[in-house]
Amino acid sequence: MSDFIVLFLAVLLALLVKPLVEKRAEAFAAAVTGITFVQRNGVMLSAYLILAVLGWAVFMIILPQLYMVDFSFRHNLPFDQVGGPNDTHTFDNYRYLLFGREGDEEMFNWLHLKVFFKTILASACVTLFDLAICYPIAYYMAQVARGGKARLLVLCLIIPFWVNEILRAFAFRILFGTSGVINSVLMGLGFTDQGVDFLRADVGLYAGLTYAYILLMIFPLYNAIESLDHNQVEAARDLGSPWWRIHFRVVMPHAKPGIASGCTMVFMLSAGALAAPQILGGPSSLWFTQVIYQWFFTGLNWPQGSAYAFVLLATCIVFVMTIMRVFNVRFGEIAK
Amino acid sequence: MTSSNVMRFMVGFYILLFFGYLFGPLIMMGAAAFNESPFPQVVPWEGFTMKWFGQLAQDDQMIEGITNSLIIGLGVVCLSVPISLAAAVMMGQIYERLRPYYYVIVVSPVLTPGVILGISTLVFWDRLGVLAEAEYESIFYNGMFLSVVGQSTFISAYCMLVFMARLQRFDRTQEEAALDLGATHVQVFWKILIPFLRPAIFSAAILAFLTSFENYNTTVFTIQAESTLTTVLAGKVRMGTQPDLSALAVIIVMITLIGAVTHEIMRRREMAREEAAREEAMRADEKIDKTLGAKPIAATN
Amino acid sequence: MSADVELDHVTIRFGDFTAVDDANLRIEDGEFFSFLGPSGCGKTTILRAVSGFMDPTEGEVRIGGRNMRGIGPNRRPTALIFQNLALFPLMTVADNIAFGLEVRGVSKFERRKRADELLALIALSDQADKLVTALSGGQRQRVAIARALAVEPDVLLLDEPLSALDLKLRQHMRTELRTIQQRVGITFIYITHDQGEALTMSDRIAVMSQGIIQQVGNGSEIYNNPATAFVASFVGENNPFHGHVSKADDQHAVMDTKFGPLRGRNSQGLRAGDRAILFVRPESLSLTNGAAGDGNVIESPVVNEEFEGHFVKIYLAGEGPKPIGLSVTNDGADSIPNVGDTIRVAFDPERANMLPMGELADE
Repeated sequence: MSDFIVLFLAVLLALLVKPLVEKRAEAFAAAVTGITFVQRNGVMLSAYLILAVLGWAVFMIILPQLYMVDFSFRHNLPFDQVGGPNDTHTFDNYRYLLFGREGDEEMFNWLHLKVFFKTILASACVTLFDLAICYPIAYYMAQVARGGKARLLVLCLIIPFWVNEILRAFAFRILFGTSGVINSVLMGLGFTDQGVDFLRADVGLYAGLTYAYILLMIFPLYNAIESLDHNQVEAARDLGSPWWRIHFRVVMPHAKPGIASGCTMVFMLSAGALAAPQILGGPSSLWFTQVIYQWFFTGLNWPQGSAYAFVLLATCIVFVMTIMRVFNVRFGEIAK
Repeated sequence: MTSSNVMRFMVGFYILLFFGYLFGPLIMMGAAAFNESPFPQVVPWEGFTMKWFGQLAQDDQMIEGITNSLIIGLGVVCLSVPISLAAAVMMGQIYERLRPYYYVIVVSPVLTPGVILGISTLVFWDRLGVLAEAEYESIFYNGMFLSVVGQSTFISAYCMLVFMARLQRFDRTQEEAALDLGATHVQVFWKILIPFLRPAIFSAAILAFLTSFENYNTTVFTIQAESTLTTVLAGKVRMGTQPDLSALAVIIVMITLIGAVTHEIMRRREMAREEAAREEAMRADEKIDKTLGAKPIAATN
Repeated sequence: MSADVELDHVTIRFGDFTAVDDANLRIEDGEFFSFLGPSGCGKTTILRAVSGFMDPTEGEVRIGGRNMRGIGPNRRPTALIFQNLALFPLMTVADNIAFGLEVRGVSKFERRKRADELLALIALSDQADKLVTALSGGQRQRVAIARALAVEPDVLLLDEPLSALDLKLRQHMRTELRTIQQRVGITFIYITHDQGEALTMSDRIAVMSQGIIQQVGNGSEIYNNPATAFVASFVGENNPFHGHVSKADDQHAVMDTKFGPLRGRNSQGLRAGDRAILFVRPESLSLTNGAAGDGNVIESPVVNEEFEGHFVKIYLAGEGPKPIGLSVTNDGADSIPNVGDTIRVAFDPERANMLPMGELADE
């Protein structure tokens, strides 16, 4: 019973925090549309539309997220005590991420905090790598290549991404392993006789992550650059602008929404990646999602894992907001 | 060599390098599938073999994973296509000032990390199960069901974007024309809107299935005791690896290539057909031009 | 059932913008009626109010004496032909035509029969099972008409349906539309900005500007006897002369202009002292030998000439930057003046209209 109250309070809180319904007038107006909505679509169709959308938005998107947040403030209780008197709210799970167990020698929980910051920083790096290597290709496809050639390029881009994400990571393992292709070549050429442990140095991980999200960077960029009138580039060139200035002053400002969209997608997916770090990460280095995974499956502490997951989610939200602010784009343009 | 030639050479070189990066790892992995060596590697080459493909077919774990993935994929198609269709239609009808909020809510799963969707689905249904005092075998703890629900959360958002893109090209006057001819709104929905959306329904279904089939991040949390192709693969790869995984990759790439080529051929045919229809229409116009001097057609009747 | 369409004090506003301002009109059963005006004049808004896609802000739309407020487009006895035709691209020609019957639950057999009849009417029987996307512009046009006629409307509304066609086809379709209207005998309400279409096809025309119906009448009334300066300048070519009325009676009025006093018909009750515009059509002006002071004689140098074959268009320096145009029949003699010559032209006061000062149509 108390669960429902908590859930209800959480919904109320969310409604206050996120100004989802700003004025009561709006809710009232929505109710009125609701009626004409039924008149318009007929009972059956209205029922389908409303059930499908509400079922999805409420029971698959909003409530699970809210519940995860609520859950992250709870104690890790055995099954039979859930809903019992001990099932109260606590900040312990968050305190643990920051300070570790009470009585630890270190002031902060450096182990996990380091993993967290490394994940964020590395994801930002992967995003920048992707932007740097995809921009020329996207520009070439959108403004230079024509007709059949452009279609062939698109096809070539897509094919590698039909291969399962885990197999892709596996391919990089073959490439970068101690007895992998690259090491064999290096040894054959006499650069090294031991073989370099690329995986321990996380080279494999960065290469693999960068590879994994190429498509998500190229397509927003491509769409944005394609809508640029090529005459603008010609005009700039005609006015004696060097090629790099054309890109910085003409093409990139035009492609801003695409850049924002691509960067957001790549960052979110890198920060939330699990398979690639599991397969390509060195034995001593962890990704933040791996810590979450451990809480769920080795630590068997779901509330703790939920708390970590919420921290990751909050970080991602902050990142999206920052990108929106920095690039001055609307949410709709990012999620295209 | 002029500077524009240098530029062109550099661009060409870069494209080559880029696609080398794209295909190199896959080619290496493909090659490893045919190497005798018991480790997935290309060098040293110990001789050509097909045995890894045979081994793949005998891997019960893998077969079970694939079967589960297929079932979940179908479940996701059945759940997310109707949801996303309704959500896209709703986008056009919802009270205009609520639309931005609605949009943020239904698009947010696209921008939420997959692990979080998996976790939230898992803990939410777990708690629902506790509240309902459900048995452990019940649906609340069923890995397959939770995976379908968890994946559909964000796959529905993808599909909705597909529908919205198609709806943007919808000519609203067709709706008005149908209404004007006496159709009810429900009839407009079934007779005009759905036929128009049919190609999008098809692509959304394909997209949903493929996305589900290869999802790992969400599934790994929701699947629990069961397994899917991706969780089996991840387990194997982490355990230390065998070339039969390469063999699997080769098969997937082959299927993809065949699919891509068929798609391209069908597209070409479609374009040729449209071209023919256009030409025919133009000929018909010329015919009318020739008869212009004659009596109005309606009067001859 | 009678199907008069009445607009009774119809006003339609979008926020602060008044699209239609107090329109009063009665369109008779079986009439071919056109609304003519430049884009943005409110004619399409009237059409949408008649077809049921919107209700007027004030006033009533009545069809067959019945107030149509609150009755949706699918329950009105009207059928609309859209500017872009709005054919259903995924259906065959026959299915398009039968759509209105299909949604009414008419049996498949009946539908096909009716579609075949209409296909015969529009001479497209051999195209019945083609997709509409495979048809030419003119053929689509006819399918759109047949689709609308299939539901047996009392009133057919046409929203510039010919604007997408090329010139030759457009002229051809005018004749065809008129013939179809006479055959089926129902009311046609036609929206256009093309005066040629309105004049050739319509029984009566309403000329609109800025949401106001300026004049209603048949083609010759509108052309020969315009009620406002806008109508005079919008329909056909006209030479305006601005000035103040110096003398006026019930029949005629005289105005002082740069070219001396000019006289024309006074249909709108102008009085001495009013600001007015005198409109003289190019075909009403003719070369004369009379003296400049004779009244209704204009003396001015020729600034330009256009040789059109059976007539010559001559432009004289006007009161402002706009020249005065007149057409002279090419009778083969050497009577055509040259550019630079100062010539005299005259007109019959019965064929000139003096109208109150008002807005002119943009060229």
